[in-house]
Amino acid sequence: MRTHHLPIQGATCQGCASKIRTALSAVPGAGEIQVDLADQEVTVHGDADHAALAHALAESGYGTEAAAPPEAPASDKEPVGGGDIQLAITGATCASCVRTIETALGGVAGVRDASMNLADHSARVSGQAAPRDLIRAVQSAGYGASVIDDPRRADQEREEREQAHYRQLLRHTGYGLGVGAPLMLWGLLGGSMTVQSGTWSQAAWLAVGLITLAVLAAPGRPFFVGAWKALRHHNANMDTLIALGTGTAWLYSMVVVLAPALVPEAARHVYFEASAMIIGLISLGLALEVRARGKTSAAVKRLLDLRAKTARVLRDGGEQDIPVEQVVAGDRVRVRPGEKIAVDGEVEEGSSRLDESMLTGEPMPVAKGPGDSVAAGTLNEGGTLVYRATRVGADTALARIIELVKKAQGTKPPIGRLADQVSAVFVPTIMLIAVAAALLWFNLGPQPPFSHMMVAATTVLIIACPCALGLATPMSVMVGVGKAAEYGILIRQGEALQTAADLDTVVLDKTGTITEGRPALTRVLAADGETEDQVLTLAASLEAGSEHPLAQAIMAAAEERGLAPRSVSDFQALNGKGVSALVDGATVRLGNRRWLEQEGVALALEDQAADLSKDAATPLFLARDDRVIGVLGVADRIKEDAAEAIRRLRERGLRVIMITGDIQASADAIARQAGVDEVLAEVLPEDKAREVKRLQQDGAKVAMVGDGINDAPALAQADVGFAIGTGTDVAIESAAITLMSGSLHGVADAMAISRATLGNIKQNLFGAFVYNSLGVPVAAGLLYPFTGWLLSPVIAGAAMSLSSVTVVSNANRLRFFKPNKADRRTADGGNES
Amino acid sequence: MIWLINLSGLALMALIVWWFWLAGAGKARRATHGAVDIIVDDGVYEPAVIESNAGEPLTLRFERRDASPCAEQVVFHGLDVSEYLPVGETTTVTLTPEQPGTYRFTCQMNMYQGKLIVH
Repeated sequence: MRTHHLPIQGATCQGCASKIRTALSAVPGAGEIQVDLADQEVTVHGDADHAALAHALAESGYGTEAAAPPEAPASDKEPVGGGDIQLAITGATCASCVRTIETALGGVAGVRDASMNLADHSARVSGQAAPRDLIRAVQSAGYGASVIDDPRRADQEREEREQAHYRQLLRHTGYGLGVGAPLMLWGLLGGSMTVQSGTWSQAAWLAVGLITLAVLAAPGRPFFVGAWKALRHHNANMDTLIALGTGTAWLYSMVVVLAPALVPEAARHVYFEASAMIIGLISLGLALEVRARGKTSAAVKRLLDLRAKTARVLRDGGEQDIPVEQVVAGDRVRVRPGEKIAVDGEVEEGSSRLDESMLTGEPMPVAKGPGDSVAAGTLNEGGTLVYRATRVGADTALARIIELVKKAQGTKPPIGRLADQVSAVFVPTIMLIAVAAALLWFNLGPQPPFSHMMVAATTVLIIACPCALGLATPMSVMVGVGKAAEYGILIRQGEALQTAADLDTVVLDKTGTITEGRPALTRVLAADGETEDQVLTLAASLEAGSEHPLAQAIMAAAEERGLAPRSVSDFQALNGKGVSALVDGATVRLGNRRWLEQEGVALALEDQAADLSKDAATPLFLARDDRVIGVLGVADRIKEDAAEAIRRLRERGLRVIMITGDIQASADAIARQAGVDEVLAEVLPEDKAREVKRLQQDGAKVAMVGDGINDAPALAQADVGFAIGTGTDVAIESAAITLMSGSLHGVADAMAISRATLGNIKQNLFGAFVYNSLGVPVAAGLLYPFTGWLLSPVIAGAAMSLSSVTVVSNANRLRFFKPNKADRRTADGGNES
Repeated sequence: MIWLINLSGLALMALIVWWFWLAGAGKARRATHGAVDIIVDDGVYEPAVIESNAGEPLTLRFERRDASPCAEQVVFHGLDVSEYLPVGETTTVTLTPEQPGTYRFTCQMNMYQGKLIVH
């Protein structure tokens, strides 16, 4: 008898409760069921299978993701058609298991064939069965199963589909231009494009008209189907414009051909070439766009490619390569040199260097040893490691980064809102303009009115390009956010892109932002007759057992120099003073100056110690018996590249302020080293947000850079919060922008990328607005009264397909943007690429 | 004749205004058990109008059949939700709108248009 607790959601009334009870009581083995609406939880007593209960709950519509069976995520991507389903099977050990499982799978409705491979513990099922049913069948046979969602294969299939679409568009281009171009040439070379009634020309043009109809019906079909469906939904889109434009031209021409008498003699001109050419040109534009678009999502593809396919797991005393989806938290995983880390974990054995640049943008490999964390997607460059999986699947840092980047790429900075509002009413407006233009030509235009009406209306419909307008912002955001991710900068919102471009003040937290965030040994001073190594060895011996950060700094330094601590006895730690112990019969003390003075120790090296203090290091005095033999300077050092990054920020014209809880003197010392000239010292952590607010009230646009945990309120208060992390441990949900690398260069890079992206959006929007607001009036015939020009529908088709390709290509230029280079060249970030 | 053509032109314009802006949009599909299947094809979401209640989790399963790049992404305006829709696959979008109101969901270029009405 077991008790299952399952979370529920959306259950608000007794009616829901009874539905849940009915659903769960149908599960074999379910006994008493209690539904707790207040806590949104259901408790089931009995021997029922947990997964079956969760499944039943999910089916009832009240389940939560947490309660859903483990296979649920896989079912999100159920293939639409049939196709093979590959299952990972657990618990199968022998050939008879294979038979049992194959029989179980074969019994599921819709399965055509099921075969199990014992070697890699997988089963391939063909037919139309739902993965969920297959898994249940295997489970009821006593084994475990999950769908192998092979991301690589799925990606490949997706790519093939995109390729097929691309080729289809090219074919359509061929048909359209193949029919349209000869006709156009004929017209250009002086051939007659008019219809003489009752002559051979009527029959010839009828044949041409039917061929053009085939072009409209085959390559042009998607436009007409789309237009019709949209129309039924009271909606209008690009398809509507193209279908109307080409349809109008064809219909008019057909009327001229079939009933020339209806049309004045001067207006018996046919426009079949326009219909065919437009279909061809727009298909070509779409094909080019498909190509260019593939590149805009390159950043996400690159991240997706980082995912490992298999992991070498140590299970049951042996090693086996299993699909990465099957690794569970707690598994021990071995990774050899040159292999990728499969899931997030903590190193248990071995040491190596990992290339984390793909996630953090930091080019230097990071040393890893037991206790260090490793992140999925990073590359093992050195030795072999064994690590314990801590986060798998969608919980890994890589998975969360991919999710974040994808989401951010879909958001829009406020600058794009106008374009959105315009494009929402764009198409019907263009239709109105087309009709109005036709009426104007009819009433005011020259003879013959009908053909001019038709040309003006068609050209307006075709030249108007809602795509350029709609694409202007999202394309640039997609490339910009992806570009930032390449540099280890995660931008959560499109809005942050815009705000980050107009910042004027940067507030930097000291600890962990400008400095490393943990103390390190900066200097060792030895008194006469002692060596630095002797001093350090003694100090390390004293601190060997201590967890204190200062002790760790000394231990690390000794280890780096290859000094082994000696054994000590009578160890004593005196809080706030220091430590003492017996080493080789002598009393050795390590602590602050005042304590040693109290103990009656003869001081030495006092001037040098005072210099250490000036450089923001804490001097620790080491005494043997009654004499000081050395001084160790321990400081939270500033990051290697902090000064350089701060210089970059100042060169961009930003006001840089350091904020810290430290006393003024030591804050000033750090600020001096880092090259910051404004310091807000002695600020309590809870007051940091207030300081940011004060700056904002003075009119500053403030960026706050901090660690994302202690500084969260200040990050939230700032116009843009930058959470700075070290490696992949950073809490990526805590701020608008996250810097994975821990380097302050990320702030300058983020601003440079934001400015470049915003500049790119502005170019696109400007281009799209100008194109439409010039193109539409010209197409309507605005220039005719002055110059006698009336645009040809074919030119309109070419212009329209070029305009959206231009927007996508311009956004693509951002891919070549280099934030560092831009800094060196200009101060405004520019749009150069 | 002249008047006939002018009048029919004006009537056509009135029809455009009425059909696209004034006449009611498609029938709303009320979310049953918080889940709706939406087909993305030929330039329209089907159904294009979804109704739901504030504070209730909503699951939308988008099945993208249209290979044209426009359909690639669905963006919910005002909810900060967006999702890639791989061709030929069903992609699940879950969201919990907290505030009643009408939220538009569109493709990136606003050609595919849908409405989420939250009561």
